[in-house]
Amino acid sequence: MAGTVRVEVVAAEGLAWEGDALSVIARTTEGDVGILPHHEPFLAALVPCVAEILTQTGGREFVAVDGGFISVADNRVSILAGYAQLAAEIDGVTARKELESLEKLIESEAADEETLTRYQRLQVQVWASQRAQEQSR
Amino acid sequence: MGASLRELRQRRKSVMATKKITRAMELIASSRIIKAQRAAGRAVPFTRELNRAVSAVATYSKLDHPLTRQPSEEPKRVAVFFITSDRGMNGAYSANAIKAADRTVRRMLDEGKEILRYVVGSKGVSHLKFRQLAIEAQWEGFSDSPTYSDACSIADRLVADFLKPTEAGGVDEIWAIYTRMESMLTQTPRIRRILPLEVVEGVHEVGASELMPLYEFEPNPETVLDLLLPLYVRSRIWFFLLQSAASQLASQQRAMKSATDNAQQLEERLTRKANQARQAEITQEISEIVGGAAALAEQN
Repeated sequence: MAGTVRVEVVAAEGLAWEGDALSVIARTTEGDVGILPHHEPFLAALVPCVAEILTQTGGREFVAVDGGFISVADNRVSILAGYAQLAAEIDGVTARKELESLEKLIESEAADEETLTRYQRLQVQVWASQRAQEQSR
Repeated sequence: MGASLRELRQRRKSVMATKKITRAMELIASSRIIKAQRAAGRAVPFTRELNRAVSAVATYSKLDHPLTRQPSEEPKRVAVFFITSDRGMNGAYSANAIKAADRTVRRMLDEGKEILRYVVGSKGVSHLKFRQLAIEAQWEGFSDSPTYSDACSIADRLVADFLKPTEAGGVDEIWAIYTRMESMLTQTPRIRRILPLEVVEGVHEVGASELMPLYEFEPNPETVLDLLLPLYVRSRIWFFLLQSAASQLASQQRAMKSATDNAQQLEERLTRKANQARQAEITQEISEIVGGAAALAEQN
């Protein structure tokens, strides 16, 4: 379908990305969903995932989100999450290191809720930076 | 005379030291307030989008959800949550928030409700402790620079208590008192009900010719609302914390500015007095010498 769709990725600490896009892909609780311009009104819960935005210029933006929602109305897509970060702004190496150290902690079952949240967040960070690297290759 | 001069000089010195401190605090507050305001501004899109999503679910799917359901009978137990500062030197910031909270509490007690108190900031905690009032939960240490995870821990606690049945120590209503940053000059305490939610109906008015947008929910409206509402409460608390932090800093800046001005005036007055005392001392010495010389001359 012709045209573009307005996309906003909003986190609690601020706007992570906004702009016009050709399509948006994110993972809901039911599976991956792709949104094209002029999609019908839609509201879904997301699982922690990497949202992929195909921008107007043909580039791809990867955004790590830790759950939240995607809502579509009036040709506007907004991705809402407590945490959202662009792959380009993520330090993949540091995230991976920390992830590995947390993995051990979780295996030993000494992890509290805070560590689990942190773990989930790092996991999506690592995914996002991986995807971005594959893309640039 | 000599003693009073020394005293005046001592006082002036201490006033000057105080002035230095208050001036430094004023400058710190005015640099941090910009940061706090920016943080509050950054949270706006999140709040706006969340409001839109919540009203979409609430409007386009007629759902009955525990978080939005109005209790059929009068609420019995009410949680009052208020935000104060951790330190003093903020002018009337904490006092105003506490006063607003007290007013709310008194009104609810008159209506025969039971009150549970939740408080942010050491000032509020010590206010309640001094009056030997029970505190249900308290949070300290982030009143001037809250983070989102602080907001999450508060919101999760409040929602958990709300979802408990009344008999098991749960609450029927949650009210929040925060200080809204109207401008650099005015900050006013506001009282808002957090739960049950008052969902503002409709994102926009549906005109006669317009069709109601038909929303599709995934997996289903119930699950979406289940996940959406706690996030919404978090974002409300987050907004309240940021507003209060900005207000606190603005209030601090203003209080410290007037303290510095007062110290300046006091310093000038003390300088003048000290000079007078010094001159009086010199005059006295001269007249003593003159008198002494005259007495000697008479003897000879």
